[in-house]
Amino acid sequence: MAFRFDHVTAFGSERAAFRGGLRLALGVPVIALGASYLGFGALVRESGLGLWHGLFSSATTFALPGQVLLVELYALGATLAVMALAVGLSGTRLLPMTMSLVPQLRRPGVPPWRLYLAAHFIAVTGWAMSMRVAPRLPAEERLAFFTGFTLALWLSVILCTAVGFHLPGALPERVTLALLFLNPLYFLLLFLTDLSQRARTLALLFGALLGPPLFLVEADWSLLFAGFLGGSAAFLLGGRRR
Amino acid sequence: MSGELWPWLVVVTGALVTYLPRALGVLLSGRIAAESRLFDWISCVAYAILAALVARMIVLPSGPLEDTGLATRLGAVAVGVGVFYLARRELLLGCLAGIGALALFDWLALL
Repeated sequence: MAFRFDHVTAFGSERAAFRGGLRLALGVPVIALGASYLGFGALVRESGLGLWHGLFSSATTFALPGQVLLVELYALGATLAVMALAVGLSGTRLLPMTMSLVPQLRRPGVPPWRLYLAAHFIAVTGWAMSMRVAPRLPAEERLAFFTGFTLALWLSVILCTAVGFHLPGALPERVTLALLFLNPLYFLLLFLTDLSQRARTLALLFGALLGPPLFLVEADWSLLFAGFLGGSAAFLLGGRRR
Repeated sequence: MSGELWPWLVVVTGALVTYLPRALGVLLSGRIAAESRLFDWISCVAYAILAALVARMIVLPSGPLEDTGLATRLGAVAVGVGVFYLARRELLLGCLAGIGALALFDWLALL
C-alpha cells in the first residue's frame, strides 16, 4: 500500500495534513462506515420518513447508533421525550471521546469556534483514527488532519444515506451481511493497531469483556457502565504513560 | 401534530441531543491538559465504551446479522485478526479476509 498511517509522523504543512486525512479516509474507513449508512438509508425509507429527513439526520447528527435508535423509535410511534432520552443516552459516549481528543487538537491561535465545529465531526471512526495518528503529528497539523479525514467520512455518509434510501433490498443478502460486519471488524482491527499503551489496551479488553453481559442485564445503560467500570479499572491497573 | 412538522421535529431533536455531549466535551476539555492523569482516565473510559460497543456489535448484533450464528461471527473475527497479523497489520487485508470468512461460514452453516 502506498500510504500507511502508522508510519506517518508529519505531513509537512496544514494543507498536506488535510489532504493526508482525506486520502486515508477514502478506503476502508469510507467503505466500512458507508456500508452501514446504506443500511441506515434503507431503514429511513422503511420507517416512513422521507429522504430529506434521513439526509438531514446524517448531516447534523453524524452518529450512527443514535440515528438508528431515533428512526426505530419514530417508526414505533414513541414520544419526543422518549426519543430524546434514548438518543441522548446513546450519545453520552461522545462526551469522553470529545474530552480526550480535543486537548490534542487545541493549540494557541485556534479560535474556540473551530473546536466546537470540529466536535460535530467526532464519531467512532474519525476519533479512533485521530487518537492513533494525531499525537505523532506536529500540533499545527492535527486539526487539519482530523478535518480532512472526517470531512471525507461525513460527505460519503450523506451520499450513502441517499443511495441506501433508493436501493432497499437491492443487494444479495450475504453481501449485506458482509458489509454490515465490516463496521465492527474495522473498529476491532483499528484498535489492534493501537496497543502500545498498557492502560488503553486494558481499557479495550475490559470494555469488550463487560459490554455484552452488561447489555443482557441493562441494555440502555450498559455501554456507560462498561466504559466507566472497565475504563477506571484499566486506568488504575495501567500505570502512568511512558 | 401536523404530519409535515412532526418528522422534522424528531430529526432536529436527535441532532440537538447528539451535539450536546460534543459541545459539553469541548467546554470541559478547556481545563484538561493532554499530559494530565485526568486526561488519561477519560481516554480509558472512552476506549472501554467503544470496546463494549464493538463487542456488542459482534456478540449480540441487531438487524440482519442477528440471523448469523455466534460461531460464524467469532470465526470470521478470528480469520480477520489472523490475516491482519500475518499481513503485517494491514487493515485492508484483515477486513477483506474477515468479511469473506463471514460470508463463507454463513453459507457453510446453511448446508
